[in-house]
Amino acid sequence: MVILLAGPVLAGLAGTFLPAFGYLPVLGYTSLSLDPLRDLFEMPGLTKSVLLSFGTGLAASILSLAIVLVFTAGWSETRTFQRLTRFLSPLLSVPHAAAAIGLAFLIAPSGFLVRLFSPWATGWTRPPDLLILNDPAGLAMTFGLVAKEVPFLFLMTLAALNRPHIKEFYKAGASLGYGRMSVFFKVVLPQIYPLIRLPMLAVIAYSTSVVDVAQILGPTTPAPLAPRLVAWMNDPDLSKRLMASAGALLQLFVSACALLTYLGLERLAGIWQRARHGSGRRRRQDFLARQAGLYPMILIVAVMMLSIALLALWTAARSWWFPAIAPQKWGFGRMADAFGMGAPALAATLALAFASAGIATALTLWLLDDRSVRNVSTQGKLNVLIFLPLLLPQISFLFGLQMLFLVGGLSGTFVAVLLAHLVFVFPYAFLALSDPWNRLDPRYAKVATSMGASRARVFWQVRLPLLLRPVLVTFAVAAAVSVGQYLPTLMIGAGRIVTVTTESVALASGGNRQVAALYAVLQLIIPLMTFVLAALVPSLVFRNRAAMRLER
Amino acid sequence: MHAKEDTSGLVLDSVCLRLEGAPLISIDCQIRPGRILTIMGESGSGKSSLLDFIAGFLKPAFQAEGKLLLNGEDLTGLPAQERHIGLMFQSPLLFPHMSVLQNLLFALPPSVNTRSKRKEAAQKALEDVGLAGFAGRDPATLSGGQQTRVALMRTLLADPKALLLDEPFSSLDQTRRADVRDLVFRLAREKNLPVLLVTHDREDAAAAGGMIHYLDGRDPETGCAGFAHGKPVSVQR
Repeated sequence: MVILLAGPVLAGLAGTFLPAFGYLPVLGYTSLSLDPLRDLFEMPGLTKSVLLSFGTGLAASILSLAIVLVFTAGWSETRTFQRLTRFLSPLLSVPHAAAAIGLAFLIAPSGFLVRLFSPWATGWTRPPDLLILNDPAGLAMTFGLVAKEVPFLFLMTLAALNRPHIKEFYKAGASLGYGRMSVFFKVVLPQIYPLIRLPMLAVIAYSTSVVDVAQILGPTTPAPLAPRLVAWMNDPDLSKRLMASAGALLQLFVSACALLTYLGLERLAGIWQRARHGSGRRRRQDFLARQAGLYPMILIVAVMMLSIALLALWTAARSWWFPAIAPQKWGFGRMADAFGMGAPALAATLALAFASAGIATALTLWLLDDRSVRNVSTQGKLNVLIFLPLLLPQISFLFGLQMLFLVGGLSGTFVAVLLAHLVFVFPYAFLALSDPWNRLDPRYAKVATSMGASRARVFWQVRLPLLLRPVLVTFAVAAAVSVGQYLPTLMIGAGRIVTVTTESVALASGGNRQVAALYAVLQLIIPLMTFVLAALVPSLVFRNRAAMRLER
Repeated sequence: MHAKEDTSGLVLDSVCLRLEGAPLISIDCQIRPGRILTIMGESGSGKSSLLDFIAGFLKPAFQAEGKLLLNGEDLTGLPAQERHIGLMFQSPLLFPHMSVLQNLLFALPPSVNTRSKRKEAAQKALEDVGLAGFAGRDPATLSGGQQTRVALMRTLLADPKALLLDEPFSSLDQTRRADVRDLVFRLAREKNLPVLLVTHDREDAAAAGGMIHYLDGRDPETGCAGFAHGKPVSVQR
């Protein structure tokens, strides 16, 4: 199990490390040297790329967490909160690339927002020459990351709030005269933060090394580090691969710095917080703070919804010239064409999503059942290993993994891409299922076992049906994660395995918005489908079982 | 165990449970078939660990000494599903995804091997507790007392050789409580099962009619010594 989890990561790191120091026998480099590093640091604009990766990634992560926490503090248990939850949950399943493309359609100089005010207010009859998208400071990219990480962190917080007795703490705090937000930050947050921490670290590692969002929304002169690395890796000049590997090590260092910076800030916040615990200040008047928590959240939900709606509109537009607010001509002809072209990519995406989600969910179930049967707790060293792939920048070990697959002759095969997806899909599956599994009353299994039921029987007839809903949700989450994988598919697929995600990122920079939109919409279909199934199947299977309906 | 011949019923032979080395509970007793031993104690006194030990669910953090015998057979190393010890908890724990009938069929051993025989046995069990006609019902639509009665029959259909009752009546309201309790005790006696009842309700203990042991050392009212942490133990022989 340990080898299965950490093997690909460690092998990949090794495969990145050696070429970074000039050792790559496949290409005839067999002597260790510092040349790749030297080449790397001579690249123009490298410092700026590094600062961009560090800055946008860390800022986006911290901003996302702040938005989520302030909103949760001000509004949990209210009707507004429930309503927004209903919108935020499906947003989690929107792949990064699709969200970024939708956002680009919204905020680009020729995008929907400018059209809304043109030409009557702005006087523009042609798209203005403004760098709103791909702005050199990476603001658009940061916003894109925030819009995508807020739903994730929000749902992690929501799951953490599901712990027993949290509601009573709200009541206890309120009865002592503390304002809603004070209770959250002084009493509730310290209890649930350990559960949010790991997802937050994963968000930082991801954001500081993101490729697809950076390519669509990020600056280009220079680009952040990760997209530049991918470009070098795919350069026809093979000697650049050594430099790219050295760059991947630099990326590892940058992400590590961001994580350490965050951990430092976390500690400072903890000290500051503890110093105020005993102050007795109750902050009963928190109206303004609550408003400040609400509007960023509404903005994000509105922007994401609008972006997705725009994607849908563009797929059905035949011509939609600036500055019209709606398409001039509608038509599905192009859609049918593109659909025909995209069918193989869609099939590959589906196959990868279902295979990796199926394997990851089964593996998670097996691991959790094994732990329950052996009666050991679910905390431990294994958890660190499970989440290791999420705490490292993908690029830092995917380079090496690509080399290994290349050497092993597996590069560009379905199995290799499936393996690469599993590395990232499994941790999310585990994250999604371990909490519901641990909350299932262990006495059900005890009662069944004491009646003489075997382990297999207890699993198939008691635990699995009782957890059908969370298991299907886990499958849906895993499938969504697989669909969203851009870099693993690109690197390991080697152009031979393409998914709708790699296609849509490639198309996003091109001029054809209809086709780009179509591929982005195709990215949404698979997660949507699996989430709908996860909601429908249990209600159908258990339509006559009252106790199974209200669960979660 | 010092008595060599008579090992009928449930025998706890010099059992001592430790949590990371610290003694938690010591017990040495024999519960004969058809008899009830009641254990009273506050939560945290180790009674749930004792039940876990007997049923075969003791967590690895605990260490157990001594032997567990059921009708002369040594159960100590056996996995839970091979011990034939029926369990009932505070809540009925009917499987919510199954109908009442399916719950009962789940418990019935495969030796009852035709469909019609299985169904008949389940129906008969429901009739025995006055719930004829409830077979197709969703357990969630039953009252607390009805659920407990179904849970009792489910436990008994699995053909246990002993019963462990972990405050099985505490979720019931006062009026139903006596009825259900008498039913459980009557059926256990009819089937000649040794019963271990854990409760903190004095009435339950009195209704059980057997010996009572106090985990916290002494009965707060009578001052009778029970078996206590790490101390020698009274024995029902």
